[in-house]
Amino acid sequence: MRTYALRRILQTIPILFIISILLFLMVRAAPGGPLTAARRNPNITKEQLELLEEKLGLNDPLPVQYGRWLGEMFSGNMGESIKFHRPVSEMIRERIPNTLTLVGASFLLTLILAVPIGVLSARKPYSFFDYAMTTITFIGQSIPVYWLGLGLIVIFYVTLKHPVTGDPLFPVGGMNTYGKEGDLLDRLWHLVLPVTALSLGWIAWYSRFLRSSMLDILHEDYIRTAHAKGLRAWVVHYKHALSNAILPLITLIALDLPSLFAGALFVETIFSWPGMGRLFWDAAKGRDYPVLLSVVMITAVLIIVCNILADLAYGWLNPQVKYE
Amino acid sequence: MNELSLGNRQSESVAALIVRRFFKHRLAGIAIAVLAVLVIESTFAFLSRYDPTTQNPTNSFQTSNAEHWFGTDELGRDIFTRILYGGRVSLTVGLLSTFLSIALGVVVGALSGYYGGLIDSALMRITDAFLTFPTIFVLILLGAFLREQQAAWLKNSVFVVIIIIAALSWMWPARLVRSLFLVLREREFITATRALGGSDTRIILRHILPNCIGPILVSGTLQMASAIITESGLSYLGFGVQPPTPTWGSILATAQNQVFRAPWIAFYPGLMIFITVMAINYIGDGLRDAFDPYVIHTEK
Repeated sequence: MRTYALRRILQTIPILFIISILLFLMVRAAPGGPLTAARRNPNITKEQLELLEEKLGLNDPLPVQYGRWLGEMFSGNMGESIKFHRPVSEMIRERIPNTLTLVGASFLLTLILAVPIGVLSARKPYSFFDYAMTTITFIGQSIPVYWLGLGLIVIFYVTLKHPVTGDPLFPVGGMNTYGKEGDLLDRLWHLVLPVTALSLGWIAWYSRFLRSSMLDILHEDYIRTAHAKGLRAWVVHYKHALSNAILPLITLIALDLPSLFAGALFVETIFSWPGMGRLFWDAAKGRDYPVLLSVVMITAVLIIVCNILADLAYGWLNPQVKYE
Repeated sequence: MNELSLGNRQSESVAALIVRRFFKHRLAGIAIAVLAVLVIESTFAFLSRYDPTTQNPTNSFQTSNAEHWFGTDELGRDIFTRILYGGRVSLTVGLLSTFLSIALGVVVGALSGYYGGLIDSALMRITDAFLTFPTIFVLILLGAFLREQQAAWLKNSVFVVIIIIAALSWMWPARLVRSLFLVLREREFITATRALGGSDTRIILRHILPNCIGPILVSGTLQMASAIITESGLSYLGFGVQPPTPTWGSILATAQNQVFRAPWIAFYPGLMIFITVMAINYIGDGLRDAFDPYVIHTEK
């Protein structure tokens, strides 16, 4: 187990290496690059521009530049934002908790709803409930998250109003009402619409997956034995069957993480949620390459770490898995 | 059961069998019709009385009426016409990027699965690296970056979007094809072909690949659906196809800016994306049934 974990971690090094080279080349090697904005600025003279190039080390050979950039990355120094003149690491550190709040809350809601839906559908396959859920999940999977988010804004902010005060039902911008920064209830209230938009597709996808996974397992002999012992149906379903059916879900969740962050990017943009996605979008509009590169790199590392954790968790939860 | 019924019937080609079984899936048949309508109406978008880009500010923010079925936007452009033209972009991007990504994926997967060894490990490491890319972030980064380049061909944004979506989605077909090749290359008919002196190229192209068509087509539908969602999302964020070319995503973006003034605009482009994606998903479902050998046994 320990050697497996170690090997898994070592395997990610070439992957990270490839990613970093691709990212670095993409932004530095082509014409334009980080000084494009400065070049267009008529107030900056040619001499100043050359000085700037020299200062940023843009005249060094590419491998040297790459090595320096990688070294800086490792020491946690991700450079300075071109637009805000602040250290990138500081800007990202501010945003990470906000994204994790949004993604975590959506994830929690997804599991709370998807698990019972999946189990209930599998308990009575081809029943009315199952068909209704199949239809709803097919719809949920096909709705683009940005349209759903916009639709929620139109319905719950623009159209529907509080019957007494006439205020919008839910807030659609930011994480807090101004002046109520520490208020947990206020935070939850702000979370409702973004979390709904982000979760719906996931609830659909995971309940579908759990349904078919459960259906496979309900045919197993040990389930029949459990029934024969006279155990109550819900004990068999939720304890015996679910604990095995949910295993493949763990791997799936790890593989889906990139898409979850992608969804968060859209939701953060639509609802002005000050997370990494929103930061990334703002940076992309302003061509703030240090910020862009760092966010991509951090997200990639995050995804790799989660993949490893999922692999290990799978082995830990499933004694049938043997690591050579 | 099946052998009996097949014996009574006149023998039919594999293709005809698959087509017949595809249309057994009623929703898949409907989905084909829906997609055909979408293709036809966006192809003949020029028949519309309006131009998708001509502005007419005196005519802005009309709700849907007999003149403008879906109303007009803030610049007085007919939304229905813009949606028809937007369909061209979505369907083109969906189709071509899927084609490219499948082509690349099949090459990588076939080489990797057939030859194994060093080729396999090298190609799979690259595939793994691409899989850990946070796709939408890289797409935005590339979109922002490529738009700054001087070369004219990079400015043709539809083309750029097709390439970058394909460049970040070939890994799934590659993995699928690799796993199919790993199984098929051990089968007896391949050993037989090799014993008869069949070259590697011949075995790969004539004997293994045709057996992979079903799963590849099914995964192609999934890819196309997600390519359409990605393109629209990218255009919605402003890093996809650039104005004035209308796309469903960019219409949605204007809708967001005008959400207080004209909330109805947000409805139509999203609905089109939704219908298209749903139709493609159902076609994928039908294809899965049509190619799945187990479904034969449930046939009457």
